[in-house]
Amino acid sequence: MLLVTCPHCGARPEIEFRYGGEAHIARPADPSALDDRQWAEFLYFRSNPKGVYAERWNHAHGCGRWFNALRDTASDAFLATYPAGQQRPDLGGGR
Amino acid sequence: MAEQAARRTPILAPSAARPEAAISIAPMVPAARFALRLPEAAAKAIGSAAGFRLDMAINRSAAARDGRLAARLGPDEWLLHGPETASEAIARDVEAALAGRHFALVDIGHRNVAIAVAGAHARAVINGGCPLDLDDDAFPPGSATRTLLGKAEIVLLRPDEAPVFRIECWRSFAPYVLGLLEEVGREFAGA
Repeated sequence: MLLVTCPHCGARPEIEFRYGGEAHIARPADPSALDDRQWAEFLYFRSNPKGVYAERWNHAHGCGRWFNALRDTASDAFLATYPAGQQRPDLGGGR
Repeated sequence: MAEQAARRTPILAPSAARPEAAISIAPMVPAARFALRLPEAAAKAIGSAAGFRLDMAINRSAAARDGRLAARLGPDEWLLHGPETASEAIARDVEAALAGRHFALVDIGHRNVAIAVAGAHARAVINGGCPLDLDDDAFPPGSATRTLLGKAEIVLLRPDEAPVFRIECWRSFAPYVLGLLEEVGREFAGA
């Protein structure tokens, strides 16, 4: 069983969690200033690395909170989890 | 305060828990329950409201006077529990204690059903559908958390030292949850 460490609840079974896609994607401050290409990139384009990936998770069947995690997409190992709003820990990878 | 809705027929017939049995799975009597949402900083500042302690660690519960109990399910979420007859008093007292603050207090007494799982094999039976580690080291007395049991979301509490676990689930999930527990319990009935 894969354990995910919720920043609020500690190590919990994976089935309590829901996945939320890539983390640290800021909504453009002024969407009307973007052209279609840039808007499509914000909406749909993700980095998809082989290696360390920052992603959002929701402890849906627990405390209900969203948080961020660094996961190695090759080994599926969680390297770190941290509350939403915090800086990404410097563990390599990402953009 | 909002008018009390008339209670519908209990979906499970309550029965008495038998902690001395190998396994005892008993629906509990109706109770007053409230979901309280309050900013973390406010809870820290006031410490308690209407006798319910609010500043415990996340996933811990604290018993209060008159059979009341507060369980912290998240950074800003509490489950308040008490006897059914105290429902209106709890709502009134908590609202008075938190007057002037941002909070949400929702009566979920009719939404939830509680089932007590007791006996020597209580952990094994719950683990038949719940992947949490229920060992004393990982889930000590006073623990309370939302989790899963089979396909149903539950709140699992262990209020005190006694090896009695209380499962709270939604009313419409109750027959499924009870059925699943009884199905697993058959394994241990003669043990």
